Amino acid sequence: MSAKQLILPLNQQQIRELRAGDRVELTGMMYTGRDAAHKRMAETLQAGGSLPVDLAGQTIYYVGPTPAKPGQVIGSAGPTTSSRMDPYTPLLLAQGLKGMIGKGSRSEAVKNAIVQSEAVYFAAIGGAGALIAKTIRSAEMVAYHDLGTEAIYRLEVERFPVIVINDGVGGDLYQQSLDSTRND
Amino acid sequence: MREVTYEQIVDAVKQLCIEANVDLGFDVVRAMQEARKREKSAVAEEVLSQLLQNAEIAAAERVPMCQDTGMSVFLVELGQDCHIVGGSLYDAINEGVRRGYGEGYLRASIVHDPIQRKNTGDNTPGIVHVELVAGDTCTIHMTAKGFGSENMSRLKMMKPSDGIEGVKAFVLETVRLAGPNACPPVVVGVGLGGNFEMSAYLAKRALFRPIGERNQREDAAQLELALLEQINQLGLGPQGMGGRTTALDVHVELYATHIAGLPVAVNINCHASRHKHVTL
Repeated sequence: MSAKQLILPLNQQQIRELRAGDRVELTGMMYTGRDAAHKRMAETLQAGGSLPVDLAGQTIYYVGPTPAKPGQVIGSAGPTTSSRMDPYTPLLLAQGLKGMIGKGSRSEAVKNAIVQSEAVYFAAIGGAGALIAKTIRSAEMVAYHDLGTEAIYRLEVERFPVIVINDGVGGDLYQQSLDSTRND
Repeated sequence: MREVTYEQIVDAVKQLCIEANVDLGFDVVRAMQEARKREKSAVAEEVLSQLLQNAEIAAAERVPMCQDTGMSVFLVELGQDCHIVGGSLYDAINEGVRRGYGEGYLRASIVHDPIQRKNTGDNTPGIVHVELVAGDTCTIHMTAKGFGSENMSRLKMMKPSDGIEGVKAFVLETVRLAGPNACPPVVVGVGLGGNFEMSAYLAKRALFRPIGERNQREDAAQLELALLEQINQLGLGPQGMGGRTTALDVHVELYATHIAGLPVAVNINCHASRHKHVTL
């Protein structure tokens, strides 16, 4: 079962072809952002301000890495639980965000917004932080420096492994697993 | 009266913090290897393979297996003939956490209070439970408890008439609701009996027990195995992507309870089930 290779930022045609359950390896540039950065971005937008990074067409990875050891690009960097970002996600999708990477299921509102904006939600393997860090070639803090591990970083990744959970046509791998697999 | 010094405790806790986060226990590795053999789904097999590979990288490169290096929880079995000298037990444990998380390049994930939420910067304070026991030694059990799984844990004050079937249904419902968020394959700690806070404590204590070790009470051991089988029939599988391995084990801890009550607490741990101990 080989993984589909995709270059970031994703284009609309690539997103249209993705289906829940597809294994994908991502190469290119993505941003990080988790709880505190999402809260601040949402507050900025609600106050009529503009975001410190242009999210149009971009992918956000929900991660708060461990500190890099000397000689490391980044510390361990697995996904955090995505549902905590759900209250803020439709706002960011409206800004043109196209890809999200995290772990765990999304709210109905987010799933609907993913379909409406033809975006995609991927899961990385939760708890595989040391393995995933190996695919990150560079990490640069680009906004919200005061948030520490929760700041926004720009990551360059190479063959970063993910699985499509929610595709742009309403497919949902977690729901499919519960519906179909007893495996006996 | 045997003496244990503040510095001994600081050093021991520092090592526990680093080792728990870097070296996945053999019990967990073995359980995932065995689970991989049983899986029929290609995705499930692939996920377990990546998790085992992740554990190898973490151990070889001395980096944390997961970026959520957890809230540090300690269970101290303090012999009543053991005298701690040179400072308080609590201060020594927190100093050990500070040094372990700093020197081990582990993530500081603790905010100083739940309202203002300012990061303390060094992962302190930990949570310390002390049990006074016979003897003159001090055994410190440590777990680095991730919050993806902690957030999916639940407690219910059930009625005696709900019976053991009611308890089973509540545990199953909790694991199903946790779904992919808790990073399955999970380890499930069940605290049964006591009162409100005791059941939660028992559920946490259950997570310190190695995978594969059964409760010594035959009926509780049977309950553990029955729950494990039913949980693995849910179909969630590794990371909730489908498969037979939703849990690696279930541990049940019991305590006396009131004639009117049947408290049950379910504390879920992710596959990075990090528990280490040392005896001073």
